[in-house]
Amino acid sequence: MEHPLLEAKALVKIFPGVRALKGVSMTLRSGEVLAVIGENGAGKSTLMKILAGVQQPDSGGIFIEGKLARIDSVQHALSQRIALIHQELNLADNLDVAANIFLGREKLRFGLIDKARQRREARPLLAAVGLDVDPAVLVSTLSIGQQQMVEIAKALSVNARVLIMDEPTSSLSSHESENLFKVIRDLRSRGVSIVYISHRLGEVRALADRVTVLRDGANAGELSRDEITHDAMVKLMVGRDLSQFYPHEVHESGAAVLEVEGLRTPAHPAQQLSFSVCAGEIVGVAGLVGAGRTELLTTLFGVTPAIGGSIQIAGRSVTPVSPLQAIAAGLALVPEDRKKQGVVLEMAVRDNLSLASLRRDQRHGMIDRRQAAELSGEMIAALKIKTPDGRQPVQFLSGGNQQKVVLGKWLALRPRVLLLDEPTRGIDIGAKQEIYKLMEELAGKGVAILFVSSEMEEILGMSDRVLVMHEGRITGELVRGELTEESVMHLATGSTLAAA
Amino acid sequence: MQLKKTLGITILLAIVCIVTALISDSFLSGYNVENLIRRTALFGIISIGVAFVIVTGGIDLSVGSVICLVGCGLPWLLTTHHWPLPLALVAVAGVSAGIGLLHGLIITKLRIQPFIVTLCGLLLYRGIARGFTDDQTVGFGAEFKGLRTLATGQIELPFIHGFALPAPCIFLLTVAVLGAVFLNRTIYGRYLLALGRSEEAARYSGINTGRMTVLAYVISSTLAGFGGVLFVLDVNSAQPVDFGNFYELYAIAAAVLGGCSLRGGEGTITGVIVGSALIQVLRNMITLTTKHHNMEFAIIGAVILVGVIADELMKRYGVRRRAAQALLAETKRT
Repeated sequence: MEHPLLEAKALVKIFPGVRALKGVSMTLRSGEVLAVIGENGAGKSTLMKILAGVQQPDSGGIFIEGKLARIDSVQHALSQRIALIHQELNLADNLDVAANIFLGREKLRFGLIDKARQRREARPLLAAVGLDVDPAVLVSTLSIGQQQMVEIAKALSVNARVLIMDEPTSSLSSHESENLFKVIRDLRSRGVSIVYISHRLGEVRALADRVTVLRDGANAGELSRDEITHDAMVKLMVGRDLSQFYPHEVHESGAAVLEVEGLRTPAHPAQQLSFSVCAGEIVGVAGLVGAGRTELLTTLFGVTPAIGGSIQIAGRSVTPVSPLQAIAAGLALVPEDRKKQGVVLEMAVRDNLSLASLRRDQRHGMIDRRQAAELSGEMIAALKIKTPDGRQPVQFLSGGNQQKVVLGKWLALRPRVLLLDEPTRGIDIGAKQEIYKLMEELAGKGVAILFVSSEMEEILGMSDRVLVMHEGRITGELVRGELTEESVMHLATGSTLAAA
Repeated sequence: MQLKKTLGITILLAIVCIVTALISDSFLSGYNVENLIRRTALFGIISIGVAFVIVTGGIDLSVGSVICLVGCGLPWLLTTHHWPLPLALVAVAGVSAGIGLLHGLIITKLRIQPFIVTLCGLLLYRGIARGFTDDQTVGFGAEFKGLRTLATGQIELPFIHGFALPAPCIFLLTVAVLGAVFLNRTIYGRYLLALGRSEEAARYSGINTGRMTVLAYVISSTLAGFGGVLFVLDVNSAQPVDFGNFYELYAIAAAVLGGCSLRGGEGTITGVIVGSALIQVLRNMITLTTKHHNMEFAIIGAVILVGVIADELMKRYGVRRRAAQALLAETKRT
């Protein structure tokens, strides 16, 4: 039997506090599109980084055409003609298109860069990805979709036979996505194998020849072309029926707690945002990367103060210009970047939990140490934070437990409105479900919850109502009965419901 | 972790003391010990100030020049301009605190790196001192004897002969106790430690990180000013061209040796004092036991480098061990 082009066997990768891969295998045949799917934290990105030489596995092996290969650097992977296109594009936007394509492999003439030759050789590559731009223009002048094509052209310039794409459509418009799919199909017909990672099950269904599903750092199953259905994928991803995984119940929502009228954020000053969230309601915010969702939350929270519009919390008008004021008004934010914004990594669990409530519990400026200790003990117990004790630095906890520390810090202050930005990014499935349960519990107690998520299943599973954003605007609002992947994606890519 | 660090540096201090005492008879003489303690106290005060800035992840390079400005300014105001003593003291205190306020505001409001801001301060304040003194030595002469006892005075201890406690010790002790309580027991100290580790996480937790950072620079330059007063009272006169020269480096080195990380968020007052003592003992050792006085900076530099490398290696080892333990615990549970 012929050997597959690329095969990963029993890969294990351990990070401090978490086993990202617990023995994952993957097979890629020549000239196929293999989709690798899984929830946040399932290990997709780690697997791809190992295949592309960015990280090395702790055990397990990679075989290329049946032969064991050591891929210990990106250069090495490239020499094996394996190229990775990161989710966040890795282009130097101060350089021109041709310079980016040949970055690190410059064409030289007398020891100097031969720009004319680079530009000449870039043209056919750009044509292959259907990008009609001059190789001499700066990358910074291109749209995100065009930049993505430059990345692919760069991969083609090393004559890649394996192209790994990590969520390539997460920041593309629907038109740009369509174009990308065309290029992918074209590459496949020319014998390039593609590993395609995505959260968008609709795309996977349309593109993939085969699907490998990961769950919690292990293989959860495989689907061949005719087995690929939405339900089959979801079932493998979450390990059970969706209705059991998301503990969502319809809430008896109360009066509006958060009312936003004509809010203008510094990121999208031309757009006005208006919406409200009621007590006990869970409202999801969906949209593509760069749609302005995070900016909406940071503006509400006073990190990037609003430049116009009004915010009312429980009927009282507030315009927070710092998190301190937002907190005083009853807001709390579980931020997007947990390790940078959510917790102080090197500080003890106990001190992280009490950080936001020190001010309230102070005694003439002195820390009320007994109160702080009691509070952290309560939170560790209530949120089931797995830690040897309160003195453990947060950096040694797993992602899920770190996130619980962030939540605990805010729960101590009993917020009226809880803002969550990608609350389950990079955490394992058990912790994920605990966080969902916690959201449910808080909503049950009358907290108004507004959460941003890029994970479609989470948006569909947890929201009473969904706001969809596109390029800084709220393009639509969907109530539970209208929620489908298609209706959300439609609004997220900028079309209005009327046009549908 | 912090405790271990302080213990380590204390053991190092003890070893250096023992070695020096074995080589040189005069090391343990009452006069030498008094001098050592006095210098440790003076440098300890300015080091504690710098430590507050380092805890926020910043740096203050202007300390030596603030010492020069105050050290020249005080005798200049008193003897050349005959200002009343209280007014002169208020003036130098105000200038010192004002310098810190200025640094802090430039750093937090305009977001200019502390290194550059305080480097400019380093050039600026010494230049100003040289300007208003016309580069001439200023001093108290035979006057202000009473005031000078603040720095030169001695406190006789009961039952001990041939040794008396230098007065600056009292000031160091006061500053240290206040500093330690502030850093470890007040919410503001906790805020400084948190923002030193992660400014963003601290801000997202509702901490006014800008104001706290400004406070750290005010503490640093105020203590530098206080140090400057004591230094000039101690030696009676100041030459603007080199008074307090390199003192910022002694202070930073003491803080780092004492366990402050330049990355911020780490440090203890006790550690800083021990670090300060270690540097003074090293200087003393070089003077007493070698003929190579010119090598002083080289030797101190080498010791600090080795100390910091050892600390970093220990820390890495510790992180790896804890990560392995955490993983083991996780594996056992599942």
